[in-house]
Amino acid sequence: MARLLQRVGDDEGSDWMVDREEWNWDTGKKLVCDLRALQDRFDEVHEWAVSADGERIAAPVLTAPDVFRVWVNDSLWEGEYEKAWHLVFGPDGRLTALVRVEDEWTVGIDGELWDERWEFAWNPTFNRNGSVIAVQIKDNMEYTVAVNGRPWEQRFHSSRGLVVSDDGSHVAALVQVEPLAEADTVGFMEGTWSVAVDGMPWERKFINVYGPAITADGTHVAAEVRLDICDYTLAEDGVLWDNTFGCVWEPTYRNGRRAIIAPVRTGGSWTIAENGSPIWDSRFMQLWNQRVSADSEHIAAVAAPGFGLWTVVVDDRPWRSSFNDLVLPPVFSADGRRVAAGIRHDGEWGIAVDGETWAESYDMVWDPVFTPSGDRVAAKVERDGRFAIAVDGKVWSPWYEALWEPVFSPDGTRLLIRAVENGTYFRQVVPFDSTFQG
Amino acid sequence: MADLQDIQVIDPGVDESIKKLTPERIERTINRVLTEESAARLQIYLDTCVHCGLCAEACQSYISRDGDPDYAPVAKVKDTLWEMVKRKGKVDGEFLHNAARIAFIDCGACRRCSAYCPFGIDISYLIMTVRRILNLLGVVPQYLQDTTNSHAVTMNQMWVQQDDWIDTLMWQEEDAQAELAGTRIPLDKEGAEIMYSIIGPEPKILAQLIANMAIIFKVAGADWTMPSTDGWDNSNMAMYSGDFETMGRVERLHWERAMQLKVKRVVMGECGHAYRGAVYDGPRWLGWTKPPIPMVHAVEYYYELLKSGRIKIARKIEEPVTVQDPCNIVRGRGLHHKLRYVINEICEDFHDMEPRYEHNYCCQAGGGLINCGPPWKLSRMKSNRIKADQIRETGAHTVITPCHNCHSGIEDIIGHYKLGCHVSFISELLVKTIEMPNAGEEA
Repeated sequence: MARLLQRVGDDEGSDWMVDREEWNWDTGKKLVCDLRALQDRFDEVHEWAVSADGERIAAPVLTAPDVFRVWVNDSLWEGEYEKAWHLVFGPDGRLTALVRVEDEWTVGIDGELWDERWEFAWNPTFNRNGSVIAVQIKDNMEYTVAVNGRPWEQRFHSSRGLVVSDDGSHVAALVQVEPLAEADTVGFMEGTWSVAVDGMPWERKFINVYGPAITADGTHVAAEVRLDICDYTLAEDGVLWDNTFGCVWEPTYRNGRRAIIAPVRTGGSWTIAENGSPIWDSRFMQLWNQRVSADSEHIAAVAAPGFGLWTVVVDDRPWRSSFNDLVLPPVFSADGRRVAAGIRHDGEWGIAVDGETWAESYDMVWDPVFTPSGDRVAAKVERDGRFAIAVDGKVWSPWYEALWEPVFSPDGTRLLIRAVENGTYFRQVVPFDSTFQG
Repeated sequence: MADLQDIQVIDPGVDESIKKLTPERIERTINRVLTEESAARLQIYLDTCVHCGLCAEACQSYISRDGDPDYAPVAKVKDTLWEMVKRKGKVDGEFLHNAARIAFIDCGACRRCSAYCPFGIDISYLIMTVRRILNLLGVVPQYLQDTTNSHAVTMNQMWVQQDDWIDTLMWQEEDAQAELAGTRIPLDKEGAEIMYSIIGPEPKILAQLIANMAIIFKVAGADWTMPSTDGWDNSNMAMYSGDFETMGRVERLHWERAMQLKVKRVVMGECGHAYRGAVYDGPRWLGWTKPPIPMVHAVEYYYELLKSGRIKIARKIEEPVTVQDPCNIVRGRGLHHKLRYVINEICEDFHDMEPRYEHNYCCQAGGGLINCGPPWKLSRMKSNRIKADQIRETGAHTVITPCHNCHSGIEDIIGHYKLGCHVSFISELLVKTIEMPNAGEEA
C-alpha cells in the first residue's frame, strides 16, 4: 500500500540520520538503470519501487504468461512466482515482496522467502529500523499475524489493522475474537472485536475498534473503541478513558510525555483530548490527522474551523489562512518549530508553510520535506504530467518523467534526487543551493 | 390505512429493539436530535409546509397503492416527525414501530416529492431525521443494520475481508486478461490519474463488473488504480440507517485513500446511493462542501470516453432497451442527458420510460430499502406497481440500470410482475459492443 512505502522525508528521527550518514552523498549523477529495455525484455513490468538511498529500483515483472519474478537493478530474484506484488524497500533497505507459490502466500526479502506460507498474506508493516516485519495472514480460514515469518499461535475470526513498535519488540492488531452469525445484529452489539498484542487479546471486547497505536517501546497500545450506538472513547491496554464522546478518531502517542492524544467530538464539535480530557480551548467542525513533533511538545492537526474551510492548527492556534478543498496531514520540522502541509484550494494543489501558501500551484503535490535545520522546505510537485522538486515556493529542479520524494543529506547541504528521464532511472546528489546545479 | 401485511411484518431489528427501550430514553433521544442535530433546517421545513398534499402524486408508493393517503409523503412526515415534535418526544413503542416502517420501508428518500413541493421542502431530509432518531434508539431493520455493521467493521458493505478483496481483484485481472490481453488492475499505483472505487456487492457477488471496467480502462488507455485495502468501497448504507458516525468514518477513509494515492479524480462504478454518500451526505457531515477530490460517476466517465472517441462502438445492441434513471445521479446530479447519449451510442433501439429524466419514478430499492431484506420485499413490490407499468409499456427486453440498487430492485419488479425482461449495467453492454484492440496489442 502506498501509505506504507517508507518516505524518508516524513521523519527526521535518529535512525534515519544514521542510515543517511552511510549513503553516498558525493555530488554527481549515477545512471542506475535504463528502463526502456525492460518493456521489450518482459511481458509485463508492473509498478516501480525505489530504495530510500536511490541506489536500487525494482518492479514485479512477468517473464512468461503467469510467471512473475522480481526485478531489481537489472537482476532477477531467482524464484519464479504465481504472483508477486507490493514491492517495498524496508527501512533497512531490504527489498520485500508479497509472493504466491503453489497457491500459497508468503514474504520474499531480497530474494529469500520466509519458510512458512499461508492461504493469504498482506499488509507488511515494519519497525523503525526494518529488522521486524509483520504481516496479516489467513490460514485455514482463520486470521492472525506473522512476525518475521513466525505466526502468532492465537487465531481469530478476522483481523484488520496492524502496528509494530519502533523497537520491534511488540506487535498489535485489531482482531475479531467472537464469531458472528450472518445478520446477528444483537451479537454484534455485545462486542466481537478486541486488540491483540503479540497474539494475546485484551480481555474486554468492543463493538468496534479502530486506529491502533503503539508506544515506541511497545509497552502500551491504544485504540479507538465503540461502546454503544453512538458512544466512543479511547482504550489503552484494554482500559477505557474516563470520558466518552460522540465520535473519536485515531489516537497518537506523545512518547516523550507518556500520553495519548486523539481528536474527540464533544457537544457537536471537535477538539484534541489528552488522556481523556480536552486540552485545546478551540472547537472545530472537523479535526483529524494530528501529528506530534519529535520532542512531543507540539501538536499539529488538520481542522475545519467552519463548513468548507480547512486549515492546520498548531498547539490550539489555527493558521490564519484556510483552504476550501482539503489539507493533507501536517509535517513538522525536526525541531518542531515549523509545520507544512499539502493543500488544495479552488482545485489547485499547493504547499503551505506556517500558514503561508506558496505562490505557485501545481497539478499535484507530495508531502513537504524540511531541511534538517528546518529553515527550508522542498516538495515533489507535478505539472502537465511531469515532476519536479519545488523549494520554498518555486520550482527548483528540472522536470522529470518520474520522480520520488527528495531526501536531504544529514547536514542539509545536499539533496538526493531519484528520478527517471529519457527512460533512465538515476540518483543524483546535488548541492542544495539557491539554484539547481546538476 | 397502511397495508395490513406491512404492519404485520416481523423484523427483529425493529420489534425486539423496541422492547428494550424505556420512555425516558425515547424522549431523551428524540429531543436530542430535534434540538442538537436538526435545529433550524428542521424547524423551517416544519413551519413552511402548508399540508397541501401536492407531494402525494409524486410518490410511487402512493400511486402504486391506489392513492392510499397513508402513503403520501406528507402523511409519512405527519405520522412520524410531526408527532415526535408535537409530543415533545413522548411517544411509545407502537408509535416507533409504525415510524420505522414508514421511514425505512415506505420512503426511499428519493426526493421526487421535493421536486413537486411548491416550497421545495426536502421531505427526504425529514424522513432521514426520523431514521437518525430510530438509529440512536437501535430501531433499524435487521438486514439494514447488518449492512451498517459491515461498514463499521470492514469499511465495506458486504463483510468483504481484506484478503478476499485483494484476491478478487487478482482473479478479476486474470479474467479480464482472458478477454483482452494485457489488461491490468493496478493496485496502489501512486500518482495514477484515476482511483476507481466501487461498492461492496461487486467483489462479493458481481465480480465480473470489475473485470468489465478493467477492460474499458484498458481500451481507453486510462491511467488508473484501485486501493488494495480499506477505502475502496464508496457505498454507504450507514447513511440510510441513520448511523452518521459510521457514514462519516467510511467516507473519510474513501477520500483519504484517494489523497494517499495522489489521484486527480475518483471514477466510481454504476451506483446511485454511493454517489449521494460520497459526493453529498458524506463530505458534508465531515465538513467538506463538496468532495475534496473531483468524483465522476461511471455514466459521466462513459460519456467522456465515447464523446472523445477514446472508446468506440463496433456493434450496437439490437434488442429494445429502456433505462431506469437512478434518483441520485439524475434528480441529484442531472446526468440524464449524458446517460441517454451513452445508451444511444451503444443501443439501436432505445425506448424511454414515461415519465423520464428527473421525473422518473424511483426503483423503490434505493434509500436503503432493498437492504432491509426479505421481510420487506413484498411491501417494496406493492409500492412499485407503477414502475412495473412503466417498464411494460416500453416493450424493452433490457432495462439498463446504472445503479446497483436500481439493478436489484428492478430485477425484483421484473420477477414479481412477470415482465419477461432483464436488467443490465452499462459496463456489461459496453464490453460487448466496444472496439477491442487485437489480442496482445496495446490499446
